[in-house]
This record gives sequence, C-alpha cells and structure tokens, in this order.
Amino acid sequence: MKVRYAQLLLLFALLLGWGLLTDPRVPAFYFDNPDKAAFFFGEPLKVLGRLANWFVGGEIYPHLWVTLLETLLAFVLGTVGGIAMGLWLGLAPTAAAILDPYIKALNAMPRVILAPIFMVWFGLGMASKVALGITLVFFIVFFNVYQGVREVSPAVLANARMLGASQRQLLRHVYMPSALSWVFASLHNSVGLAFVGAVVGEYLGSAEGVGYLIHQAEGVFDINTVIAGILLLTLFALVLDGAVGWIESRLMVWQPHAGDTTQL
Amino acid sequence: MVDGHYSLELERITCRFASRDDPGMPYVAVAEASLAVRAGEFVAVVGPTGCGKSTLLNVAAGLLAPSSGAVRVHGEPLVGINRKAGYMFQADALMPWRSALANVTAGLEFRGIEAGEARAQGQAWLQRVGLGGFGARYPHQLSGGMRKRVALAQMLALDPEILLMDEPFSALDVQTRQLMENELLALWSANRKSVIFITHDLEEAISLSDRVIVLSAGPGTHPIGEFVIDLPRPRDVAEIRLTPRFVALHTRIWHAMKDEVMKAYAAQYAPLPEGA
Repeated sequence: MKVRYAQLLLLFALLLGWGLLTDPRVPAFYFDNPDKAAFFFGEPLKVLGRLANWFVGGEIYPHLWVTLLETLLAFVLGTVGGIAMGLWLGLAPTAAAILDPYIKALNAMPRVILAPIFMVWFGLGMASKVALGITLVFFIVFFNVYQGVREVSPAVLANARMLGASQRQLLRHVYMPSALSWVFASLHNSVGLAFVGAVVGEYLGSAEGVGYLIHQAEGVFDINTVIAGILLLTLFALVLDGAVGWIESRLMVWQPHAGDTTQL
Repeated sequence: MVDGHYSLELERITCRFASRDDPGMPYVAVAEASLAVRAGEFVAVVGPTGCGKSTLLNVAAGLLAPSSGAVRVHGEPLVGINRKAGYMFQADALMPWRSALANVTAGLEFRGIEAGEARAQGQAWLQRVGLGGFGARYPHQLSGGMRKRVALAQMLALDPEILLMDEPFSALDVQTRQLMENELLALWSANRKSVIFITHDLEEAISLSDRVIVLSAGPGTHPIGEFVIDLPRPRDVAEIRLTPRFVALHTRIWHAMKDEVMKAYAAQYAPLPEGA
C-alpha cells in the first residue's frame, strides 16, 4: 500500500510542477512572455476542465466509442488471425519455410505507411482504421504463437503421445496451452498498438474519433484539448491493459510467479 | 530367445542419424541391438553415458522408427506408437498447465473415458502414490519427487502391460530416490508388468531388477552382457545393497562394464596426461 501512496504523491507532484511552471501569474524564467509556457504546454486545470466538459456535456462519447470500437476490433481480429496463422505455420514446417522471407519482409515494413492505402481501399470510415490496427497487432501475436508452438517441450509432447493423444488432442491439449502463455505476453503490447492503429488512422483522415478531435484541436493551437485527448487515450489504454492482465491471471493460474513466496 | 512368451522384443535394431558435422557420414547410435522382456519381468538396462540407451527405449515406445530391425509386442510387429506401453521420461514431462489430478487423468481423457470416472480413477492413483491431497496443485507447486510420483501415477493409470522407464529417478536426491524405488517395486509386485528400466546407475539396476543388460559404449551401442539377478523379493533397495550376494553381483557386472565406461569416457574427454 505504501507504494500506492508514493505513486499518488508522485502524480500530484507532477501535476503541481506542471501547473506552477505554466501558470501565467508565475514569472517566466525561460520564455520572454509568461503566457508562452501555457501556450506550448497547456495548463493542467484547463486540461481537467476540458475533460470534465467532454464528459458532462456528452460531446466525447460518440468519439470515444468510435475509437474504442476500432481498437477492440483491430485487437480481436488481429489476435485471432495471429493465433490461427501462428498455429498453422508452427505445425507446418514446409509452409513456414516457404513463407518465411515474405513474413519477414511484411514484419520489417513500417506498416503505418499502409494507412493511406487503406484509406483508398476502405474509405475514411472505421474500416481503414481497423485494418491498420490489425496489421500492427497481427504480427506481434503471430510471432509469439509461432515461437510458442515450436518451443513446446519435446518431453511433454512425447509424453502426451505415449498417453494416447491424437493429432487433434495434441493441438488442443499441448500446443494451444503452450502457445497461450506466449500469446498473453504479446497481448499487452498489442493492446497499445491497436490504439496506435486507430488513433493514427483517425489523425490522418476521418470525421470522428478521439484522434480526429486531437487533430482538430491541433489545427487551432488548442493545446489543452490536445493534451486532454492524449490523457484520455492513455487512460483507456491502461484500462484495456488491465483487462488483459485480469483475463491472463484467470487463465494462467498454472504459471509460476516470481512472487509466489514472499520473505516475511 | 525362442521362448515365444516375450511381451516385448527388439531384434537387431540399428538407428542411424544424419550427423550434423558431416552429413555424408551418418552417426550410428545403436547397432544390431537385440533384447527381449518376458511378461512380468523387470529388466534393467545399464550403459555408460551417451550410449544410446534412450534411443533404444524410444524405439520400443514407437516414438522413433529404427533404421533397420524389428520391434514386436506380444509377437506382433509394432506399428506407430506402442499402445501397450507406458513411458516415464527422464525430464519433467507433466503438462504444466494441468493440475496433478488432471495430469493423471490426461491419458484416460485422451482415450475417451467419461470425465467423472476418469477423475475417480485418477484420484485413486494419486492416493496410491501418496499424493491424495495434492490433486489440485500445479506441477510447479510440487517438489521434484512429487512430480515424479505424479508421472508414475499418470503412466500407471492407463494400466499398460509394458513399462518403459528412462532414468526416471536420476534427478532426485539419494533419499527420495530410494523411497521412490521402493514404491515402484511395491506397485510392481502388486501388479506385475514387464519393465525396461534404463539407468546409468548399476546399484539401482541390480537392486530393482530380475535381469541386468549391459550396453556397450556408443557409437554403435549393443548389449554386451546379461546377468540374472537372483536376489530374493520383496526387496528393500537400501538394505539389499549391503548383502554379500549384491556385492558379488555388483563386482561381476561392474567388471564387464568397466571397459565400456572407460571407452565412453575417453571418447568424451581428452585423455589425462601421463601419471595423472
């Protein structure tokens, strides 16, 4: 619990420092004009006011809904695709050998530059953002599942075969659970990247979503709204990450944790 | 070997592997090895480290197809996995994502036995290996000895006629190991299966088995000697080691083994300097 207090204290200190340094009433020591700090870095009270306005006025809900939906769709579709492809290639060495250079090339490509193409293909609506998010999520999950399938302990595999497992039972009872621990390791990264796909897509061209709001505010130099949007996205990324962590702790009870025994 | 009552026969088994250093020159792990186990007989196979003991056992299990030679189970040629055999591995082979009980019932489940029935049988087996209260634990929450007990229960739950054991207790400390050996003997005496027990420990081999087969050093491993162990049963593995008959057998078999152990040692390490 002491850690929690320290964390809250740190947050408070950061906000206080930010507030003091950007307050126009405090004399500027770097900028020639006391208003400039607020112009560039925003003011925490105004940012909070903006957030409150959004939620009280209800203006934010449709935008937030769009961004979250894009993120979730990209996350789920990318994960499912990554797991399916990872299992397949992990179990089919010939196909994996043939596809290897193509997969490497696709993974090495900076996929954000696909965003303009997706907009041409799928329009300015949600589909293009989801497509971008999927390309980001898919490869992370895919590589982890692929690795997980190939690193199944040979002894566990041979043992399951000796116990009479059929090919399907091996997939269900050995490969899948073994790959699952790798999947969860990758999901924490993928949640963040699904958000990146949605927001970058919105930022580049759209008519709704939090990325769109940020883009609009930036156009009129409303730095407080930009920061409010960033904070909002961060908050929801944390919530999604927490949800993944919660599911992980439910499904992965069998995994040893470093903290299983604590010294008293 | 014309008895005809063998539950498992390996006849002139040869296993060649492509060598990593020189693909043109295959590595012959096992050459022309024959051995047979009678129904209800406990056979221990000893050999120096790295001599291909596990290879031979994998052939018997059907996990590895030999390059040449025949495997027969009750006189029938073996095709695919040996369904009559249970295998206990040297390494930890429990599924870490299954609880101890779920590990024991895994084989029953694979065979389509109804879940409630499988659980009851699994629980009974856990009780028999002294882990009745540990069914809900996951493998990482169990000690090394307990994991071996779960593996033993997992193998025996399917009631296999042939037990293949690959240095199953070699990772355990001496006390735990002797406890496990005694329990294995007790379980085996209650329901006699054919056993091939691989080990590099001659004392373990003699104290457990009816017959000890000594393998040559690799490459090209094959049996070079066979010794009938006429020690009375039931045995206590710790006490029997002190009897004169045990010591006499040990001396005789060790004499036969010594050259092979030295050969294996020489192949693995640079020779010691003169006078060292």
